[in-house]
Amino acid sequence: MGIHRGHKARPAEWLAEKFIFLVSLSAILMVLLIFLFVAREALPVLFGETNTALVQKPIPPDEVDKHSAAELEAYLEITPDQLARMSKETLRSLMDVKVEAQNDIPEEFRNDPDARINTTEWQYLLKAHQWSGYDKPEHIWQPVGQVKKFNIIPLFVGTLKVTLIGLFFAVPLAVGAAIYVSQLARPRTREILKPVIEMLSGIPSVVVGFFALLVMATVLQSIFHYQTRLNAFVAGIALGFAVIPVIFSIAEDALTSVPRAYTQGALALGASRWQTAWQIVLPAALPGVFAAAVLGFGRAIGETMIVLMVCSASVMSWSIFDSARSITTTIAAEMAEAVSGGPHYRILFLLGALLFAATFLSNMAGDFVIHRFKQKLEGKK
Amino acid sequence: MNTLTPSEYLPEKSADTTRFTRNFRAEKFDFWSFFFSGLTGAATWLIVAILATILLNIGINGWSAISWHFVSTIPKKDFFDANTTGVLPMIVGTSIRVIVMTIFVIPVGVITAIYLTEYAANTSLLTRIIRAAVNNLAGVPSIVFGLFGLGFFINFVGKNLDKILHNTDAVWGQPALVWASLTLAVMTLPVVIVATEESLKAIPAGLREASLALGATKLQTILRVVLPQALPGILTGGILAVSRAAGEVAPILFTGVAYYMASLPSHLSDQFMDLGYHVFVLSTQSPNIEQTRPILYATVLVLLILTFALNLVAVLIRSNIRKKMRSMH
Amino acid sequence: MAEITMPKMNLPGTATTVSASAPLIAIENLSLYYGASKALKNISLGLGEKVVTAFIGPSGCGKSTLLRCLNRMNDLIDNVRIEGSCKIGGHDIYAKDVDAIELRKRVGMVFQKSNPFPKSIYENVAYGLRLHGMKAKSELDAVVEKSLRGAALWDEVKDRLHSSALGLSGGQQQRLCIARAIAIRPEIILMDEPASALDPLATARIEELILELKKEFTIVIVTHNMQQAARISDYTAFFYIGELIEFDTTAKIFTNPSKRQTEDYVTGRFG
Ligand SMILES: Nc1ncnc2c1ncn2[C@@H]1O[C@H](COP(=O)(O)OP(=O)(O)O)[C@@H](O)[C@H]1O
Ligand SMILES: [Mg+2]
Repeated sequence: MGIHRGHKARPAEWLAEKFIFLVSLSAILMVLLIFLFVAREALPVLFGETNTALVQKPIPPDEVDKHSAAELEAYLEITPDQLARMSKETLRSLMDVKVEAQNDIPEEFRNDPDARINTTEWQYLLKAHQWSGYDKPEHIWQPVGQVKKFNIIPLFVGTLKVTLIGLFFAVPLAVGAAIYVSQLARPRTREILKPVIEMLSGIPSVVVGFFALLVMATVLQSIFHYQTRLNAFVAGIALGFAVIPVIFSIAEDALTSVPRAYTQGALALGASRWQTAWQIVLPAALPGVFAAAVLGFGRAIGETMIVLMVCSASVMSWSIFDSARSITTTIAAEMAEAVSGGPHYRILFLLGALLFAATFLSNMAGDFVIHRFKQKLEGKK
Repeated sequence: MNTLTPSEYLPEKSADTTRFTRNFRAEKFDFWSFFFSGLTGAATWLIVAILATILLNIGINGWSAISWHFVSTIPKKDFFDANTTGVLPMIVGTSIRVIVMTIFVIPVGVITAIYLTEYAANTSLLTRIIRAAVNNLAGVPSIVFGLFGLGFFINFVGKNLDKILHNTDAVWGQPALVWASLTLAVMTLPVVIVATEESLKAIPAGLREASLALGATKLQTILRVVLPQALPGILTGGILAVSRAAGEVAPILFTGVAYYMASLPSHLSDQFMDLGYHVFVLSTQSPNIEQTRPILYATVLVLLILTFALNLVAVLIRSNIRKKMRSMH
Repeated sequence: MAEITMPKMNLPGTATTVSASAPLIAIENLSLYYGASKALKNISLGLGEKVVTAFIGPSGCGKSTLLRCLNRMNDLIDNVRIEGSCKIGGHDIYAKDVDAIELRKRVGMVFQKSNPFPKSIYENVAYGLRLHGMKAKSELDAVVEKSLRGAALWDEVKDRLHSSALGLSGGQQQRLCIARAIAIRPEIILMDEPASALDPLATARIEELILELKKEFTIVIVTHNMQQAARISDYTAFFYIGELIEFDTTAKIFTNPSKRQTEDYVTGRFG
């Protein structure tokens, strides 16, 4: 019996290995599927296939055949699937309904220039617009009402505002704690502190949100004496609670992976523990600490429940004591009321896709920096 | 070698020639070291204090409000009434969705980890892509998982399933227990992979070699030698995944959670009530927050016990494994 | 040979017999425990000024541990307990009011594996000086140059002072670490097998350097290499499983040791 036998010798083993290999691709598959299916629901917006104009040029039901399927879909706000399954009669009655609906539009809206706008076009999504009834061009997110306004800038501002407050609070605390735990604390204290701080990540965000809403908001208001009890500041601090363990873990890891030889060298020269940590260890670990902040950012912009519970009024304001509505909050709060397949629904998915892209990029950047950092420490460069 | 004499090339000796007899007391107090050590220490203890405050606040307020009646009652439609309400369906719903999730995520996660540690070449492009994907999956916002569950599981898989099965009403093409669980399984996949990988790496290579040298095949070695050793790590991964998923609300918002259901879920296509979502509902939609406060605290306590106790166990097992690993090197 | 009178004999547990002038480093009845295990057993030993003392002995006998006692690097390890006393210049370095940081500024150390900081060559040497409060650029430049010359490295690096120290060869890195140590003018330099990771050529350079440095510094060196101890040291202490077996002039230890164990070890018959 030769020892050089291929997979035929052990077909079961060979099959099992192939199976293991295929299953291991699931993570890749999932990332692709997430991207694909979130983007799929958002695509019609990108291709200008959604139309929210209240007043449209009615298509007489008799002229159905003169229009392409795509036009009909946009006009009737239905999916290609629905259109394909629709019988001639249903289609016709739907067209009748549409015409009737157009006739039912009250006179005051009919003359409103806003009512003729398709608010899902890019310029209305991004640029300030002079809406009727407003003094100056404004960014407005107001997906309900006669004229639905989908300007996503207020949501970006809201997200950034809350995220930055959170990071402003969390980064110094978490990095400070990481320095203390990894460099200054006695080993026995470190063994206790590290898991305790990491325990913070075990608190569900809905519980952090609850705590911020019921306890923190009141306490913070009595300290800072601001007007609105629930605002971006409270949300940001609460968000910080959720981000602290993320930043702490990664930064602590980066700091501990700096070779002990450096520390010993500095201490032997008569540097104090703080001088060693600050002048030798931190500079060496800086890429890792930076990556921790970037990954913390990714976590913060994606956090939903905390911001949803603490503040959710969509106002365009940079003041930290005003309310703010983040992208995640918007998706969570409005998906239920959005008509499946409608423009609002699609724009919410578009927001999700943007969020996915943003966190994808920040994660990639963070991981890349950490990877390089570790390689450099191992002397591979 | 240098031709200079030592006194020429060496740094000046300080004027103080009695150096050898000077004592070793600090010349001056190092204020900045003291200050910054204190500052970072304060940051650390502030974080610990925040954690303690949250836990104590919930523990004390929750404990006084919780009762056997509360955890064993199916509430009526008006669950804001502190005297009659209960959280049994929420406990059941959360537990079931997590258990179903575990059934999906553990095998996939463990097998992926086995591939990564036992088969894959560490530097190959594919391995790096898999790792990047795992890392990325871990960083995807939970609300995006919710959108994914809606767009993929419900609108694509579910709707097509209904078509194939010729269901006239939507059975699978709507929010359901199974879709919520699957969504959570995708979300927690990295948790299981990372924990399993960590424990697989902690197993000494010698053990595998010993088994292979006895003529065992690679698969036999993995099944009989490696996996039993890695069991605590896999367990940790499972527990971490469960505790993470049990507290998540955003991914199930559109994929299966119900505001109210009169009965417990009995089928994978049923919707369910959920503890985390209930906390959200109680704290944001209560007609009278002062009256709801006790039951809110009690609900949060139940949720915390469910997620946090599990997390604590996982953290302990994990730090134990890490300690063992460090002592091995 | 050095002027300092040698101890005639030094038995473990007995007080050090020393010289006319008191020894610079006086270790008395020093024991050290790592948790429950006793790594150093009642060591008594007196080390003279401006001489090279070598610690030899089989691996794990406590040479490094004793060396690290002299600048209190053992403080950094949890669960370490020390009994007995260790005096430098007459001051008990384990006394309550002693600042370990101040001590380490005056008792320098070179490690087994060279450990330059991930900074430029210049910054590596300047680091300790800055710790001492030296700020003026011209002053720093001057001392950095002198130290690098002192470590016989100047000619090799003078054109790339501001490139990374990690780009140097192993031997150069170790000499940089020596330059870093001598820059702050310690009184004593501790060296823990400074040449064990180097090739023979680099080792020879380090040995030459030690012989030069002896004129200005008190040096304590741990070495595995018998020939090296014989070549560079004036006194040699032989340790075995935490005990000091014999301490005498290097010449005596290597030609006519008074203990059987010492003889076995230095002649390589150790088993
Ligand atoms: N950090 C430590 N913790 C516990 N034991 C240690 C530690 N460092 C050294 N030891 C033990 O102390 C003894 C002496 O070690 P060491 O001084 O490094 O020996 P040498 O340098 O002579 O080879 C050895 O048995 C070693 O295992
Ligand atoms: Mg040693």
